[in-house]
Amino acid sequence: MSDTSVSTQSRFGDWRQYIIYLGFVGVFVFFAITLGHKGFLDVNNLLNIIRQTAMIAIMSVAMTYVLCAGEIDLSIGAVAGLASVATAMAMDIGGVPLGLGAGLATGILVGMINGFLTTRIGIPSFLTTLAMMGIAKGTSMWVSGTKAIPILSDGYNWVFGGGSIGPIPLVLFWMLAFGALGHIVLRKTTFGRWVLATGGSETAARYSGIKTADIKFRVLIISSMGAAIAGMLYAGRFQTGRFQLGEGDELSVIAAAVLGGTSLFGGKGTVIGSIMGALMIGLINNGLILAGLEFSQQLIARGAIIILAVAISQNRKQS
Amino acid sequence: MSSAIEAKSAVRMVGVSKNFGGVRALSEVNLEVRAGEIHALLGGNGAGKSTILKILRGVFAPTSGVIEVNGVTLSEHTPEESKRAGIAMIFQEMSLVPTLNVAQNVFLNQEIKTAAGFINDREAISRARELFKSLDVDVDPYALAGDLGAGQRQLTEIVKAISQNAKVLILDEPSTALSAHDVDRLFVFLKKLKSEGVTIIYVSHRMDEIMRIADRATIFRDGKHVITAPLSELTLSSIIQHIVGKESKGLTGIARENTKTDKVLLELLDVSGAIKPKNISFKLHTGEVLGIAGLLGSGRSAIARALFGIDPIKSGKILIDGTAVQIHSAADAIKHGLALIPEDRLRQGVVLEHSVSDNLALSVFDRISSKGWISVTKQSDLAKEKIASLKIKTATSAHAVRTLSGGNQQKVVLGKWLATDPRIVIFDEPTSGIDIGSKSEIISLIRDLAKQGKAIIVISSELNELLAACDRIVVMSDGKIAKDIKREELDSASKNLNAADAMQFAEHRLQETLQEVRSHV
Repeated sequence: MSDTSVSTQSRFGDWRQYIIYLGFVGVFVFFAITLGHKGFLDVNNLLNIIRQTAMIAIMSVAMTYVLCAGEIDLSIGAVAGLASVATAMAMDIGGVPLGLGAGLATGILVGMINGFLTTRIGIPSFLTTLAMMGIAKGTSMWVSGTKAIPILSDGYNWVFGGGSIGPIPLVLFWMLAFGALGHIVLRKTTFGRWVLATGGSETAARYSGIKTADIKFRVLIISSMGAAIAGMLYAGRFQTGRFQLGEGDELSVIAAAVLGGTSLFGGKGTVIGSIMGALMIGLINNGLILAGLEFSQQLIARGAIIILAVAISQNRKQS
Repeated sequence: MSSAIEAKSAVRMVGVSKNFGGVRALSEVNLEVRAGEIHALLGGNGAGKSTILKILRGVFAPTSGVIEVNGVTLSEHTPEESKRAGIAMIFQEMSLVPTLNVAQNVFLNQEIKTAAGFINDREAISRARELFKSLDVDVDPYALAGDLGAGQRQLTEIVKAISQNAKVLILDEPSTALSAHDVDRLFVFLKKLKSEGVTIIYVSHRMDEIMRIADRATIFRDGKHVITAPLSELTLSSIIQHIVGKESKGLTGIARENTKTDKVLLELLDVSGAIKPKNISFKLHTGEVLGIAGLLGSGRSAIARALFGIDPIKSGKILIDGTAVQIHSAADAIKHGLALIPEDRLRQGVVLEHSVSDNLALSVFDRISSKGWISVTKQSDLAKEKIASLKIKTATSAHAVRTLSGGNQQKVVLGKWLATDPRIVIFDEPTSGIDIGSKSEIISLIRDLAKQGKAIIVISSELNELLAACDRIVVMSDGKIAKDIKREELDSASKNLNAADAMQFAEHRLQETLQEVRSHV
């Protein structure tokens, strides 16, 4: 450890923090060349990628906070499904306002339970949210009788996920809005700074007078809220509430955040990177489908690409 | 600062006692620190320095006693209240977030904001730069805290405390991880802070530093206040006298017969690690107990880590029985007949919920089993033998280790390692955290092992323990062996001292040697 030669590298950071942008461009160019003739570059195809990945992107914004605070949330996929069911059922009874209320309340309630168990009882968030994954999924299957519940409000379906202005899907605006909000709060507010400090070194944060348990409580609520909103968008897009919506998304979301440079060990991460990570996963999915791979092959290829990208972006720790 | 203010007390702790369970860590101690002075707090291990500082910082509440800061009595004992009163403690590498930059760390939880309420990092950078400049500290505010060297990290922590209006700074062994150059810079900085009226409480084992920087000193021993005096009235010898005291701590009765043979079992030739140790050479005979002494950060434990394959060796040779061996991992070390009994025994050494018998057999299951089946008789024989030879006090060998006293748990760890039948045993702080009765038992055991023909290395910060156990003591400084002393050389020429006085004399000599080698660096 030398004392003097630190500054230049850290001011501009490690090149690896830009890997997601390079990777994104690389993958895009690769598919454009190899799959251009199969319609990869069609505006409709590109907008489809947005439609398919907006929910992952929104959840990855919230997940960035959780990971930056040094925690994890595995329940988001199941919570998205539960929120879609809650929204659809409540809308059936009390119209759109009750539906919106039920969806958001689902997120807040689950987040508070996760936060309480993690920060007050002291169960690691990995276990709390793993258990919550089962509970949320079970609840949505039970209350819906495992059936799809149709949403009949065209207004709701248009605003939440299904609609578009001209050719631009509305979910793009949702994604950009949450991305901007998430980015500003993480970078420019004391709350965001305290999240990064808590995950960077909980001891140091506590010695600096930051209430780290409250920070963790709040990021778990943010994450559940993100999941609930994604679930409501799924519901609007498919015009139904169904327990399978969002199933397995937690892995894509965590992969997106990590691809975007967010550390699983806390303290480091960017919202923009996570969104780029989500879009990159969307690109890969889309490209693999266009390439004519079977579903089984897609799974293998996607897994391999994600491992490669994460290995490159996480390598930093050792040096 | 005028002299009228200088005479005022910044901190006055009167009649402070602290009990942990039944143990009295501090009894009726006083600590009076004047405003604007650098006050050294001295004492051996377990003297109560850390305890009183944590009380001052509000981490512990005192069992009894009064604490005044700048003439105002603290009404409650919480970290927040102490901080409000202007007390700041520089924790080793604890108060900086490695993933944030220096400026962000300095202003953590007191962020500078724009009119709109957003964080203004640009302003933070320029204010941090001004702050560092005004204090003559050369640290780049853009640098990530995790990328800073130890010296710069320490300075940053102090600047952070100062920026939060700290009036009294507590520095606990601040120089441990610092190079000589960094220590110089730290001292220049501390003197500057002092000239600006900041009061500093400085804890260190390194007397040369105390002599250089402190105005007055308070010495504790065994949880009691011994003396407070200006440094000008103290000499190195008198300070050591006060720290060592007269009590022999019950380690004088252990027979140290000469069991050393002519056979060299272990030899190190010019062994160096990445940073520490540096150019270590020594020979260890069978039946010999070698002590390794040194101040914190001198590289004491680095030798053990290198020998045991935990830290890689960059150059030099290790010879066992005269043949060079390659040790790249703990498994290699065990294969060559080494055992390391680590400092953090209870975490690394035993499974608390498992029985005494299972723990003793843990590292030799392959030897007491055949075709994958554990031999019940062999295991119970092993347990019986170790319980008897180590005098482990347990109801039965089937009781969980958790149910044993601390000293007996330590013996189980020992037994577990001895079951591998090592020829060279390395003890790192063999008696840390156990009571005095168990201490002398463990040291007797070490002597017994030597008698059985094992070669032993004892690494310890407790000098009386080294003196009681070892035939020879090497003194480390800055990663090197600075002195190699035969135990007899530390004895007084006078034959008519009683055992306790002889031990005290030797401890005094050894302590002086530690300080001497340090100041010659």
